[in-house]
Amino acid sequence: MSEPAAPLIRIQGVTKRFGEVAAVNEVSLDILKGELFAILGSSGCGKTTLLRMLAGFERPSAGRILIDGADMTDVPPYERPVNLMFQSYALFPHMTVEQNVSYGLRKEGVPAAQIRERVAEMLSLVKLESHAGRKPEKLSGGEKQRVALARALVKRPKLLLLDEPLAALDKKLREHTQFELANLQYQLGTTFVVVTHDQDEAMTLASRIAVMHEGRIAQVGTPGEVYEYPANRYVAGFVGNINLIEGRITERADGRLLLHSDALEADLAVACDDPSGLDGAVTVAVRPEKITISREAPAGGGRNVVKGIVRDLGYFGDQSLYRVRAKSGAIVQVSAQNLRRSAKLTVEWDDEVFLSWEVASTILLRS
Amino acid sequence: MSGAASRGRDRSLRWLRRAVMFPYAWLLLFFLAPFLIILKISLAEPVVAQPPFSALLEWGKDGFEGVRATLSNYAFLFQDGYYGIIYLSSLKMAAISTLLCLLLGYPMAYHIARQPPRRRQLLLLAVILPFWISFLLRVYAWIGLLNNKGVINDVLIWAGVIDQPIQLLYNDFAVYLGIVYSYLPFMILPLYANLERMDLDLLDAAADLGARRWQAFADVTLPLSVPGIIGGCLLVFIPAVGEFVIPALLGGADTLMIGRVLWDEFFVNRDWPVASAVSVVLLLLLIAPIMWFQRLQGREHGGVS
Repeated sequence: MSEPAAPLIRIQGVTKRFGEVAAVNEVSLDILKGELFAILGSSGCGKTTLLRMLAGFERPSAGRILIDGADMTDVPPYERPVNLMFQSYALFPHMTVEQNVSYGLRKEGVPAAQIRERVAEMLSLVKLESHAGRKPEKLSGGEKQRVALARALVKRPKLLLLDEPLAALDKKLREHTQFELANLQYQLGTTFVVVTHDQDEAMTLASRIAVMHEGRIAQVGTPGEVYEYPANRYVAGFVGNINLIEGRITERADGRLLLHSDALEADLAVACDDPSGLDGAVTVAVRPEKITISREAPAGGGRNVVKGIVRDLGYFGDQSLYRVRAKSGAIVQVSAQNLRRSAKLTVEWDDEVFLSWEVASTILLRS
Repeated sequence: MSGAASRGRDRSLRWLRRAVMFPYAWLLLFFLAPFLIILKISLAEPVVAQPPFSALLEWGKDGFEGVRATLSNYAFLFQDGYYGIIYLSSLKMAAISTLLCLLLGYPMAYHIARQPPRRRQLLLLAVILPFWISFLLRVYAWIGLLNNKGVINDVLIWAGVIDQPIQLLYNDFAVYLGIVYSYLPFMILPLYANLERMDLDLLDAAADLGARRWQAFADVTLPLSVPGIIGGCLLVFIPAVGEFVIPALLGGADTLMIGRVLWDEFFVNRDWPVASAVSVVLLLLLIAPIMWFQRLQGREHGGVS
């Protein structure tokens, strides 16, 4: 996907109020053609309302939605070039798989011969040719999901919306389906917007993610940007594990802030090109996997080194998780890859350890 | 796997089995047994005695002498065209009433099912509220309303719409009105139970796939509510066919319904065997649609072929 892409969907200042409450608040977002875009947020963050406005089930209280240049704000769902794959799949229980998939084409008035052809093509794409005559109740969860996908895709929508597409599947099937979904999207080139509360789902599927919080967009970026460069405290805490550290500015070196954390009894350093607006207390953050844990004091480092005692240890085989307590009682989470084969851990419970991380790994959170 | 645990399980299984037997016992006692008695009487001959029919099993001095059964009562029903006409007329009136109940009840049930939960409870209560007053009283109340000097005629005359009272009572119209009024809740409740359960995502899905609201209704809501429609129709149709009180109180002399014939045979003619034959035939007529419904439901739950 290297060719320059035009924004297919433009969400411009969209607000949706239910009574006094703004479920979606002044959201503006551009989604590019051919993108696999994820809207990520916890329940009640407004992502479902935003999705329903894209599908046409809800009308924005303010703002507008453009799809391929056309204003969709007042276009009813049955006239939009958009299809939705429901979280519950919403397969018509009284119709066979084939009737379910052909329903949209029949409503569109597509000639019967073409319907047959397109439905067969779709069913073979999702590998359900042999199930065409079955009713939904005779299908497994994964098969239902594929029927729902085929039914939504057969109309060749400009935009496919997927509401928690993997939530109803068990863990094994999820991992498999995840890759199939991304693959299918790549093959078809249709723009997908996935709404999900599951950060793993968003991270692995999407080319870009919008994190929503309390009706607003907290950050938009690639999975890497959202994870490594969270824009604020909420995104930092919501996506992945993180250690939040409160600090007091002690010195402004060029391109750096030097801080002292009372809770960790440590001097910290964080990269900062523009220290304006920052004074006194600031919050920095470090991901657990960026921290090195060791029983020996690291050489040469006074900054970003924390002393503590291992209070908890979780061994997962490929990695170990540590909860290390500093003298003040503050807990720092550390994860370490178990790179060397050994049944004996180098760091054990109650060991006194040194935690250290690079300046570049420290995240400065301005809000 | 201890002995005590398995004994406990055995005991609860035994209780379960007994609990399952209970409905069968109930049906046996209060449905099958009375039916067999009626069937027996329908095979007897009328006699002037107490009870007014001949015995099925004859006992002489030496004990059991034989079975005396006759099909003459059934033959009489079929030879006399009068009964055939009444059966047809009853079926027709019940069918029309059922259809009217469906046309009235479906939109009501649909509306109630789509309300927020609290208002739903209130509206449902309103539907079943009439049951708190005796059925007989409610039918009598209609006489007061439909009378030539009743409320409706009085109001229409007072308003100047008519100057002569119109005949609202003692005709088929009054019977239809009475049946529809009395049995409407039996239509609404199963329809409501069905429509309330429906997954509203299905309607959104239909809209998403290009269906307008009425198309989504025709393609999704209506076919999925068929079990509710059938259930409601049976609950109205079956009692309406044999309805006695409503035609007796609101109907005219020319209102032909089997319930009145039954009453006349039992209490006016005191011909219990013919009356019994009439009700056995009625039951056979009604069993057919019930069995059809059972099969339909069985197919629905049993899945596709």
